[in-house]
Amino acid sequence: MSRLDRTASGLLLREIVAGLWLTLKFFFKPKATLNYPYEKNPISPRFKGEHALRRYPNGEERCIACKLCEAVCPAQAITIEAEPRDDGSRRTTRYDIDMTKCIYCGLCEEACPVDAIVEGPNFEFATETREELLYDKAKLLANGDRWEPELAKRLELDAPYR
Amino acid sequence: MTAFFATDTGIVILTILKSLALIVPLLIGVAYLTYAERKVLGAIQLRKGPNVVGPFGLAQPFADALKMMFKETIIPAGSDRILFMMAPMITFGLAVVAWAVIPVNDGWAIANINVGILYILAISSLGVYGIIIAGWASNSKYAFLGALRSAAQMVSYEVSMGFVIVTVMLCVGSLNLNDIVLAQRTIWFAIPLFPMFIIFFISGLAETNRAPFDLAEGDTEIVAGFFVEYSAMSFALFFLGEYANMILISATTTVLFLGGWLSPLPFVPFTLIPGVFWFLLKIFACLFVFLWVRATLPRYRYDQLMALGWKVFLPLSLFWLVLTASVLEIFGWLPNA
Repeated sequence: MSRLDRTASGLLLREIVAGLWLTLKFFFKPKATLNYPYEKNPISPRFKGEHALRRYPNGEERCIACKLCEAVCPAQAITIEAEPRDDGSRRTTRYDIDMTKCIYCGLCEEACPVDAIVEGPNFEFATETREELLYDKAKLLANGDRWEPELAKRLELDAPYR
Repeated sequence: MTAFFATDTGIVILTILKSLALIVPLLIGVAYLTYAERKVLGAIQLRKGPNVVGPFGLAQPFADALKMMFKETIIPAGSDRILFMMAPMITFGLAVVAWAVIPVNDGWAIANINVGILYILAISSLGVYGIIIAGWASNSKYAFLGALRSAAQMVSYEVSMGFVIVTVMLCVGSLNLNDIVLAQRTIWFAIPLFPMFIIFFISGLAETNRAPFDLAEGDTEIVAGFFVEYSAMSFALFFLGEYANMILISATTTVLFLGGWLSPLPFVPFTLIPGVFWFLLKIFACLFVFLWVRATLPRYRYDQLMALGWKVFLPLSLFWLVLTASVLEIFGWLPNA
């Protein structure tokens, strides 16, 4: 551009007016805001949220205390203790997940041969104290009971890709 | 009752009532300007802005004000306590005082004085003191730098602003704000003096330390400029002062260039609507541009700011002043000639 052109375009605020026009167009566009606690984004069936221990439909817990999850856990967040139950089946006596250590990689879920430990769709489990995040077996089973319909659906939807 | 308002005490009481009638809506306007700013910036950035407190977030300004009141006012150890507390009061006081001469409708000014526009110019120049005192009394590097920047900036832009005002004076032949508005019966000065209108508005942005000339605050460089050390209500006073100044500059622009309270079209359906409405509408339009510009333009570099003020606006406004004077003289359009 010649010097004259540049001076003219500067004095006439050409670029500033172009910028203002652009922002004015954005002013009238639909907003991208998600009104979070009231509106939520859809999440994928693979979403790795809060952990849960599942049960069979007859109420028997799935976990057979094979400790594969404990072995695979890269953050060593899982602690399992097990002994045979009165009926001779192997069950856990202790199943703890330290949610403050967990990195939500989903390897426990992958390793589990009986789909017992899963990561659910819930991501709103903030607590007021650190202790509340040290989940024990009862808490994990309760999670499983609470989310079971959704957990089953997610596993089914994701099954073709496993 | 009318007889009472003619006595000395009556006049004082009447003036106090008039001032309240102006200041209360002004303060509410300031509160809602902060809300409008957040809404407009949000909308331009594809957000919604405040929408949780009250319907459409309308109670947000009051929530903010309450929060401010319950905060602790911190006075830095090394500061000059008296000046430190005085600075925000000066800034806010001056921002409100200037409103005394603004005519809201035909003759509706608290003080309809003959040198109204000079009064506004004087008061807005005094505004620098609040900022300099704040920067100095804080005894902090950032505050001091911010105050220096702001002082230099306001002085630079006042010069070209003065020339713009002189141009308008030439066309009106009076310094009375009421006369200035009435002189725009046939055509608003924004049209024949369009370049001056733009210069005045941009200088107004610089004068109020608004984006893109908000170097005095310069969040990214000097944290918050002259009011880094301020907290709670002393901070809130600066904030209120800044926004009241924005409204003041918008009102001045409206009076000088946009025909004040006059309706845009001088025939029946429009002239029936009271002038206050048109005046407010024009102020809102100006304020929207203030916010719109803030959402659009990045901050100027300091040398660019100075170059714009001294090398572009000053010669341009001086040239236009001479041109206007010549045209008025040659065609014999000078008022009171």
